Amino acid sequence: MDFGTSAPAAIVEAVNISKSFGPVPVLFSVSMDIRPGEVHALIGENGAGKSTLMKILSGFHDPTSGQIRLDGKQTTLPPNGAAEKLGIVLIHQELNLAEQMTVEENVFLGREARSNGFLDRKGMREAVQGLLDEIGLEISPTDRISDLTIAQKQMVEIVKAVSRNARILIMDEPTAVLTEEETEVFFRQVEKLKESGVGIVFVSHKLNEVKAIADRITILRDGQWIDTRLSRDLTPDTMAQMMVGRELSDLYPPMHEADVDAEMVLEVQNLRAPGIDDVSFSLRKGEILGFSGLIGSGRTAVFEAVCGLAPIDSGTIRLFGSETAPLSVARARDAGLAYLTKDRKEKGLLLDKKMQPNLTLFALPKFVKNFAIDKKAEESALERAIRRFDVRARDPGITVGKLSGGNQQKLLLAKIMECDPRIVIIDEPTRGIDVGTKQQIYHFIAALAAEGVSVVVISSEMPEIIGICHRVAVMREGRITGILTGDHINENEIMRYAAGLKREDLH
Amino acid sequence: MTMMTASDDKAAKTAKRFSVDFKTLGPALALLLLCIIGFLLNPAFVSEGNLTNLLTRSAFIGIIAVGATFVITAGGIDLSVGSMAAAIAGVMIIVMNNAVETLGTGVPTVLFGCGIAILLGIGAGWINGALTTRGKIEAFIVTLGTMGIYRSLVTYFADGGTLSLNFDIRGTYRPVYYDGFLGLPFPVWVFIGVAICGWLLLNRTAFGRYCTAIGSNEAVAKYSAINVDRVKTLTYIIQGLCVSFATIIYVPRLGSASASTGVLWELEAIAAVIIGGTVLKGGYGRIGGTILGALILTTIGNILNFTDMISNYLNGTMQGLIIIVAVLLQRSDWKFGRNSKS
Repeated sequence: MDFGTSAPAAIVEAVNISKSFGPVPVLFSVSMDIRPGEVHALIGENGAGKSTLMKILSGFHDPTSGQIRLDGKQTTLPPNGAAEKLGIVLIHQELNLAEQMTVEENVFLGREARSNGFLDRKGMREAVQGLLDEIGLEISPTDRISDLTIAQKQMVEIVKAVSRNARILIMDEPTAVLTEEETEVFFRQVEKLKESGVGIVFVSHKLNEVKAIADRITILRDGQWIDTRLSRDLTPDTMAQMMVGRELSDLYPPMHEADVDAEMVLEVQNLRAPGIDDVSFSLRKGEILGFSGLIGSGRTAVFEAVCGLAPIDSGTIRLFGSETAPLSVARARDAGLAYLTKDRKEKGLLLDKKMQPNLTLFALPKFVKNFAIDKKAEESALERAIRRFDVRARDPGITVGKLSGGNQQKLLLAKIMECDPRIVIIDEPTRGIDVGTKQQIYHFIAALAAEGVSVVVISSEMPEIIGICHRVAVMREGRITGILTGDHINENEIMRYAAGLKREDLH
Repeated sequence: MTMMTASDDKAAKTAKRFSVDFKTLGPALALLLLCIIGFLLNPAFVSEGNLTNLLTRSAFIGIIAVGATFVITAGGIDLSVGSMAAAIAGVMIIVMNNAVETLGTGVPTVLFGCGIAILLGIGAGWINGALTTRGKIEAFIVTLGTMGIYRSLVTYFADGGTLSLNFDIRGTYRPVYYDGFLGLPFPVWVFIGVAICGWLLLNRTAFGRYCTAIGSNEAVAKYSAINVDRVKTLTYIIQGLCVSFATIIYVPRLGSASASTGVLWELEAIAAVIIGGTVLKGGYGRIGGTILGALILTTIGNILNFTDMISNYLNGTMQGLIIIVAVLLQRSDWKFGRNSKS
């Protein structure tokens, strides 16, 4: 025992780790240590090497050079998640649960309790129920994973890790898909884990959260270790600067006033569809309209109904001044209306295909000449898109699943813009992407609006709604509770409408 | 930095070219190897007569397998093709026999029969497609059901025996299987035609791209303005149409249909598709590979006919081994991408 220093000895240490994928170096001599009972945040832009470092710390990748030390002894971690047995658990961003099995079965997967040769279902159920009660999660051990929300699934992952006596818990953007309330619950759980001596590695792009929860922060940039500091010595601003290596003064572009007399391009009246009730709003040419509200308040459902992705029960939709029958996705696209999903991995991109077929998939009819796909036109479209959206790929032939989150998002944006829409709905434009890419996307949205394209931004991140939108509609439980303009667009006001404390009479 | 990117580009391009070549070459090399083995066992294997015979025999499975490539690429499966062929053959024979009084025994009757066969194929494909898409039933289950239905229908039509084509019509229809053009029998020409159309459709048109996208991820396809139900239904209709073509060239061969017509064709077609490198769970299809797969399967049977070393009854064993080896090889090929696994 080292009594000489105030900090306890690290459980896991990465010492001068370098990693290359083939000829491409990703990490350059990075060091990081995780101590018992601390939250150690790992921050950096997309592509900075955070994921790679996490995978090395949990044994999913081997370092090209450098050492991993476990309890002070040099070691080679077993591959493919077997490091769990040593107490090191990685919770992947794309959660690793068997969707068709129950909570209880998932928690005990691979180490089922047995009695007399049969599964001890009762014992396992009680154990899981105990853990769920402790975490304050209102689901039953017999619920099927596929019936849970993403937030609940995340919690199940944590329960699973806790039940395995994790000493180190490595979490890749655990809060990216959580609402503020859920995040609070999550943080309470993290505090409890800390007290019990678990070391936690936490990756997040939400710097305020990092500031609030982390004890120490390690910053990576372009695969280099920049610094490891105590959280109390950093502010979100200084973190952002260290991440991008330059001053980040203009995260949000200057706001151009929308022309209040511009023609209406989209008018929705009394729309009823699954998950939404009596929704009315309108959108002008060149306007950026924000949709705020808690997760599950029906924001996505509104636009899935408008764009033909979900059935409509009743209501009228006027597009460019004339009433339209419910559209199919293809007809909406041809009319100039495009929806960009928030779920880029499940609904946005074909992860096992290359960039080119992904880019042109949405606007494919545009690339058809004499019944055949014009491959030359496709190639030049890709070159154009890579330049316009600054998509950075290690090599243009890799599959899209291997791109970083930020580059995937830019590619998805490029894919939707390929059909030259006049109205774009962007659902969670910056989910899980770094601050540099965020800035690029905000500027792009502002530029679109300046060109006369109307943009709807659905977002759970209030600063971005406030930073870029001309008007903000707030939803709660399937209804629009308020539409805010000008000075009324602030966190307080939005929160009160979203939480149901305030309601505007809209009709 | 620029230098590095440029060399990366080059490396990537070489790698790409290599992998493409490897994937196409795999089945081609296997076929070549089989042919060499065939020649060594019995030089008569490469006689013109045998090669023509081999190509004609592979036409049935090959044509059906081209259709199956579309269904499988789009993430579906069609188990009903063998029974469908038998049912179409049966109805076609009945229709032609009954048309003798009005249309005679000449070409019009045969054309009429072929027209009916095509309509039946399209209809049967549409039923499979509509049940999987609008009915939202797993393709495996739908086509397992229709497989049983079509098979029992042909048994019923034939009253448990054999349906035979009118002798005079048989004379008119016979050349479609036994005659040829430029030294190649007509079935081979149909096979070539279907293969070229299938290749163009899958690799050069938006429809082909849509099939691949749906097989790769249906939700992404839906959000990319693709009418998923329509494209999937069309793949089953293409499959039905291919079955019709195969049946049209099959009927004049024996001039009859029975409960044992087309038995296990569905498995041979699927095997041809898989040997050719198409991924069974969808999202990646190769028509060229499918053609080679069909040729490989027929060649195995043909070689066994030529030699006494292995009993002809072990044909299925050899085919089964080839399928398993083909899939194993495909998997080791995927390992090239291992280091960039995420």
